[in-house]
Amino acid sequence: MSKNTERVELDNVVVKFVGDSGDGMQLTGTIFSDSAVKEGNDIATFPDFPAEIRAPHNTVAGVSGFQVHVGKKEIHTIGDLCDVLVAMNPASLKSNIKWVKPGCTIIVDVDTFDEKAFDKAGYSANPLEDGSLGIYNVIKAPITSMTKKAFENLPDGFKIAEKSRNMFALGITLYLFNRDPKFSLEMVQQKFAKKPEIAKANKLALEAGYSYGESIEALHSYYIPPAKIEKGKYRIITGNVATAWGLLAASERSKRPLFLGSYPITPATDILIELAKHKSLGVKIFQAEDEIAGICSALGASFTGSLAITTTSGPGFSLKSEAMGLGVMTELPLVIIDVQRAGPSTGLPTKSEQADLYQALFGRNGECPLVVMAASSPVDCFYAAYEAAKLAMEHMTPVVLLTDGYIGNGSQLFKIPKTADLSDIIPPIATANDPDYKPYRRNPETLVRQWALPGTEGLRHRIGGLEKDSTMGTVTTDPLNHELMVKYRADKIDKIADFIAPLAVTGEAEADLLVVSWGGTEGSVLTAVKELQAEGKSISHAHFKHILPMPKNTTDVFKGFKKILVCELNSGQFVNYLRMTHTGFIYHQFNKVQGLPFMVTELVNKFNKMLEE
Amino acid sequence: MLLNKTIEPSDKQLSKEDFVSDQMVRWCPGCGSHAILNSVEQVFPKIGYKKENFIIVSGIGCSSRFPYYVNTYGFHGIHGRATAIASGVKIANPGLSVWIATGDGDSMAIGGNHFIHIIRRNMDVNILLFNNQIYGLTKGQFSPTSPVGTVTKTSPHGTIEHPFNPGELIMGAQGTFFARVTDTNPRMMTDAMFEAAKHDGTAVIEVLQNCIIFADKVHASITSRDFRDDYQLHLQHGQPMIFGKEKNKGIRINGTKLEVVTIGENGITLKDILVHDQYSVDPGIHLMLAKLSAPEFPVALGVIRSASFSTYDDQVVDQIKTAKANSRIQCVDDLLNSGDVFEID
Ligand SMILES: Cc1ncc(C[n+]2csc(CCOP(=O)(O)OP(=O)(O)O)c2C)c(N)n1
Ligand code: SF4
Ligand SMILES: [Mg+2]
Repeated sequence: MSKNTERVELDNVVVKFVGDSGDGMQLTGTIFSDSAVKEGNDIATFPDFPAEIRAPHNTVAGVSGFQVHVGKKEIHTIGDLCDVLVAMNPASLKSNIKWVKPGCTIIVDVDTFDEKAFDKAGYSANPLEDGSLGIYNVIKAPITSMTKKAFENLPDGFKIAEKSRNMFALGITLYLFNRDPKFSLEMVQQKFAKKPEIAKANKLALEAGYSYGESIEALHSYYIPPAKIEKGKYRIITGNVATAWGLLAASERSKRPLFLGSYPITPATDILIELAKHKSLGVKIFQAEDEIAGICSALGASFTGSLAITTTSGPGFSLKSEAMGLGVMTELPLVIIDVQRAGPSTGLPTKSEQADLYQALFGRNGECPLVVMAASSPVDCFYAAYEAAKLAMEHMTPVVLLTDGYIGNGSQLFKIPKTADLSDIIPPIATANDPDYKPYRRNPETLVRQWALPGTEGLRHRIGGLEKDSTMGTVTTDPLNHELMVKYRADKIDKIADFIAPLAVTGEAEADLLVVSWGGTEGSVLTAVKELQAEGKSISHAHFKHILPMPKNTTDVFKGFKKILVCELNSGQFVNYLRMTHTGFIYHQFNKVQGLPFMVTELVNKFNKMLEE
Repeated sequence: MLLNKTIEPSDKQLSKEDFVSDQMVRWCPGCGSHAILNSVEQVFPKIGYKKENFIIVSGIGCSSRFPYYVNTYGFHGIHGRATAIASGVKIANPGLSVWIATGDGDSMAIGGNHFIHIIRRNMDVNILLFNNQIYGLTKGQFSPTSPVGTVTKTSPHGTIEHPFNPGELIMGAQGTFFARVTDTNPRMMTDAMFEAAKHDGTAVIEVLQNCIIFADKVHASITSRDFRDDYQLHLQHGQPMIFGKEKNKGIRINGTKLEVVTIGENGITLKDILVHDQYSVDPGIHLMLAKLSAPEFPVALGVIRSASFSTYDDQVVDQIKTAKANSRIQCVDDLLNSGDVFEID
């Protein structure tokens, strides 16, 4: 058989690089996806970190992975199962084999498959020899020894070789996909610009891997034609970085300095890390002693006129509840970002879920409404964060923005916007010495009170958690005043429905089935719906970014469908919320609570079943 | 008098009336808090900042009603979190003179974490700690400063836990300013408040405050007419530590301990008496002073410690200045277009 005879053209492929924590899989995956973009493909990526920082070497607990979905069409998900798995040791093969499509290619570093490693990985026999991988196209590449060979003549060559194995593997993979290695070589050069020796070694390993690829019989090699991507300037961005940047943009456009009070927690810490880098934009960062101090400091900063943010994940979100109530009571702008992870309690810290919705909606004492929104993709995190900040400041309210670990850590191609094109943000700041200023005087249309900043002449006033008189803002326990204030606070939030985008439908406005999703599942649900639409099925999709308040046309949209199916990664929190707020419909539900995203195939199966019933 | 360069001064002489609020003060008649309020209204105009540049932040408790009773910007927060809210205020706007009103429960029970951390960071704020050794607002449960054996409704058999000595806690948290005053001595209060305002960093003033309803006279062994001369040591920077009705008793250091001596007895002269250095960076003597307790010792009052360290909020400003001067990223468009950006056509 000649080499690489079959060049298989594909619309999209899923490649996953897996290895031990120290094997450099994140970098390998990143370079692979970046170079795919340079060759015109759309991508989505997701890092699959181990829960432990340094789990024992070569064990299943220590496996780190990076999944890349590359396509010639728009890519909305990280892909269900892998077409190609690159496994650097037995443990990573063992823990990832369940994510590989039958018949697909597995590249293993055969040098690592020894008795001791099987043992550590929990294999009883060599999986490469016991026939258990028979349904796959396994390429047994001597990655370690070949890398060493390439380094023979270098001083310290063997030592460096150990650390450059990942680049050798990358070289093979690039060859497998008919990629031009030049982009990857450039990226390696850039990445290690300050360490020329390492750059040189890595490039050498990459080239050696590429030539090795040429020399083996890969059975088939893949080609993914370029995607039709709108012209423009792009970059690759993760959801957490996009969130941080959206907030920065909102700060700049509103001319309100950005303050972040936060306490580290997976998977939200990256927002704190990102914002901490940008002091040149005037950002003030307060790494607080706990989540309560994080949100309380943000409220203090908000009182003084900052765009105040607090970021966290589930357990920290719980700690913030009381202060969120204070934010509602004082009617101060505040953005609370919850990068959801699987709970309850500490739960599955590195896995994703959409189960904090009830807490966002209801998790406070008293009648305590605030705005709840959810970002739908890594790139959408930018726009959702911007809008959350805009709504918070223009409507003087706390806003909860729900993202999740899956979109927070995942990355996508991001068409770079111009900040001038983003919508204006005009906070209702009170003017100095306004004789009519009263802390709780409201704009009659929006019910929004004014933002009077300490330091401003003629506006001294007091705010706080005690119920206040509906205009003067003095403390009062008057029963009717309290009821009036409860209503004002709720109505103010409801009126925000006038300022948000209507619910859009992908597909026909009338059909047999409407699939409903919210937050980070948009990509998988949309992909599945489109697949069935392409088959001519009567199915449409509506995705919610705004949860409180909801788009005003929600009921009208729902009326167009025979059946409504709500898909979410929890036991049914949004569907129950719909049952409560939009009565008169029968809502079906599809739920998954495994700490994993939806797979497109499982959605397609469910939708087909619903359509057949 | 202009104390702090970042805070804008008032262009006219202010008076007490500028700070008196129109709200009815709802503390019990005879509560020590009235005197604290009065002292604040006295001292704020003297500090000299524009009246709009004062802000009072509080938690929850009788003491935390304070912001409603002073005509400044005010934020009545939630229980224990005044220090956290105030940190955000000060970082976000260093041009404000930030004052915190908090109780012994508010600051050292539910808010203990934030309390030690604001001190450790040396945030430039002033904390008025109303220490009445009781939870006043919730009607008289023991607090973290109640002495062992205190009988309350939740400790009918007496408390079995060791109280905090706030001064000791503050110095343990690397506090840079600590004063202790009594609610019975207005002059001492205003002096300490003025010193606190002058101090760059977290200034804590512990006021021994009487809760006439639930813990009446807990400080009487120090504050009452009969005892005050012999059990109060009024510290003055640069002055020897003498006390007593006859002004003939003093504090001397003996080995590693402080002791009470009588001038004129056993050859003791004024020269043997320790001279107070409130600015000493080393907190050793300050800590010993803070721990002095009756009946063996007089209780140290006045400014015990006022050491100079850089503040958190100043350093935030400095880091931003440096970053602005050195970064290529000056606006969000710069950021969006920085690093690995590519054209697709
Ligand atoms: C989260 C929370 N827990 C409990 C309370 C009830 N509570 C209000 S004030 C207080 C204690 C106040 O004691 P202290 O701080 O010493 O203030 P004081 O009233 O003595 O001035 C308690 C327990 C509350 N308001 N909030
Ligand atoms: S209960 Fe005690 S502390 Fe509270 S106002 Fe009355 S006297 Fe003062
Ligand atoms: Mg108290």
